[in-house]
Amino acid sequence: MLSYELIPLSENALVIKFGEQITPNIHQRVRQVATYFTEHHVEGIIEVVPAYTTVTVYYDPVQFAKNTNRKSDIEVLPFEGICTVLKNILSSLESANTPQGNEVVIPVCYGGEFGPDLEEVARKNQLTPEEVIDIHTNGHYLVYMIGFAPGFAYLGGMSEKIATPRKNSPRLHIPAGSVGIAGMQTGVYPIESPGGWQLIGRTPLQLFRPHHPQPSLLQTGDRVRFQAITREEYKQLQEENNGDSRYS
Amino acid sequence: MGIRVIRSGLLTTIQDLGRFGFQKDGVIVSGAMDQFAHRIANILVGNEESEGALEMTLIGPTLAFEEDALIAICGGEFEASIDGQGVPLWRPILVKQGSVLTIGHCRVGCRAYLAVAGGFHLPKVMNSQSTYLLARIGGFQGRALQKGDVLLLRESGRKLELLRFYKKKTFLPFIAMSWGISFELRAYFYGSPKTVRVIRGAQFADFTTQSQECFLTQPYEVTPQSNRMGYRLDGPPLERKRSTEMVSEAVTFGTIQVPAEGKPIVLMADRQTTGGYPKIAQVIAVDLPILAQTRPGERIVFRDISFEEAQRLYLQREFELKQCKKAIISKMGE
Repeated sequence: MLSYELIPLSENALVIKFGEQITPNIHQRVRQVATYFTEHHVEGIIEVVPAYTTVTVYYDPVQFAKNTNRKSDIEVLPFEGICTVLKNILSSLESANTPQGNEVVIPVCYGGEFGPDLEEVARKNQLTPEEVIDIHTNGHYLVYMIGFAPGFAYLGGMSEKIATPRKNSPRLHIPAGSVGIAGMQTGVYPIESPGGWQLIGRTPLQLFRPHHPQPSLLQTGDRVRFQAITREEYKQLQEENNGDSRYS
Repeated sequence: MGIRVIRSGLLTTIQDLGRFGFQKDGVIVSGAMDQFAHRIANILVGNEESEGALEMTLIGPTLAFEEDALIAICGGEFEASIDGQGVPLWRPILVKQGSVLTIGHCRVGCRAYLAVAGGFHLPKVMNSQSTYLLARIGGFQGRALQKGDVLLLRESGRKLELLRFYKKKTFLPFIAMSWGISFELRAYFYGSPKTVRVIRGAQFADFTTQSQECFLTQPYEVTPQSNRMGYRLDGPPLERKRSTEMVSEAVTFGTIQVPAEGKPIVLMADRQTTGGYPKIAQVIAVDLPILAQTRPGERIVFRDISFEEAQRLYLQREFELKQCKKAIISKMGE
């Protein structure tokens, strides 16, 4: 059993905090709680946001101000109301199993114009570009959380051998699908944005699909692998994606 | 038909009360910066409070009405006129087809909302009409309004009733209802420096005693690097007793984060879903409209209250809005 704290963030949001350190146990608990709320509708709860060691719950204070189980005219403080509900749910989840996350393979065309910093990443780590690609594609990555941008996954599990500091001056426009490295992290830019990551390649996959029922391709708890593809394969996959415009 | 944009103003976007349910996908909430003014504007024209409305910033748009419309403009003190005649804010206004509404500079405050009875005929993306500028989705084609855009309107029973009522009278170019929101309710953004109430954030205790005191007593200035995402403030730098690394977690509207250089940032409507900087405080919900009406160069002073009081004030505000809505509905029935 893992302990937790319930901490107010604002009048309509509270944080379920499982700890300070990123551990597999805490991640599992975060996923379990977040999954519960995506599968069950609880009156008055608007949405939940899982992160490394926390699940933040957004709620409607008016709903939780109603005094349901006490015979008095005084309204309960909404925070107390929701804490009672959450404690019950959390204790009922103690023994429940959470299925493993999806396994997602992200095809990446490394180097060239798609990965202008591949050489720099190789040089700074005394490797060849081929070795960087090898290490990157052999890693097993876990989505710890989604944030920063729509569909952006914070991935854990990158090898230290290819860790590289951010660029000194950030680029103003990084195309959607760019795969980068920043320190010990690796990730994919889901939409065009500015940024300072070292770009090593690009994926033709759409990581953010605003018209899809699940807009972010990756979800907290998913396991990710990268797969090297050629330019021709990149173009072919990109055309297939464009043909399937239902969700773009 | 509809409303044609003749001049766009500085930054005019469609906003509702936000896009909920997709923060777990990293999708920001967006929505109106001043939700109080936004909700009142919708209530005045008989809409659901969450209907999409035009949010204008510092300089308003010029709009040609190609059909009759019932509108309300609420928020900062913008200069507004229809075919040269001054238009009152915070009141329902019936605008005649063929007239032109010119909204000029904002004298006091920063933003205003134009709601139109029936709402704008625009699709929802992820359950919301709010414009998400960075991802280019929602609102009007995912962007701020531009010259030449035409906003189509949905049908409104309230508008048709009023038109029938005023049919015998000529009302070129507009009729303003004789009643509106009292000054007391809409004067929240006057004064300098403005007092903004906060509750202490999760890392408040990590700051030095001196910094805690500074934060709660000294004025902080809203810098020009402030927008719908957040307000960067300038004032005495805030230091922590020790710099422990934090892991990212969810942040919300009004969260005040302090990056390493010590200058606080208040997160606003277009904030990211998560953040990793220490949270010194959280602006209370009922004071967020004050902040939304504060422009660069203006100063604010933070004052702390208890979380319990903040939540009570929240419930009280919701109750007041409900009463306000009832009063307006009965006025409209007269």
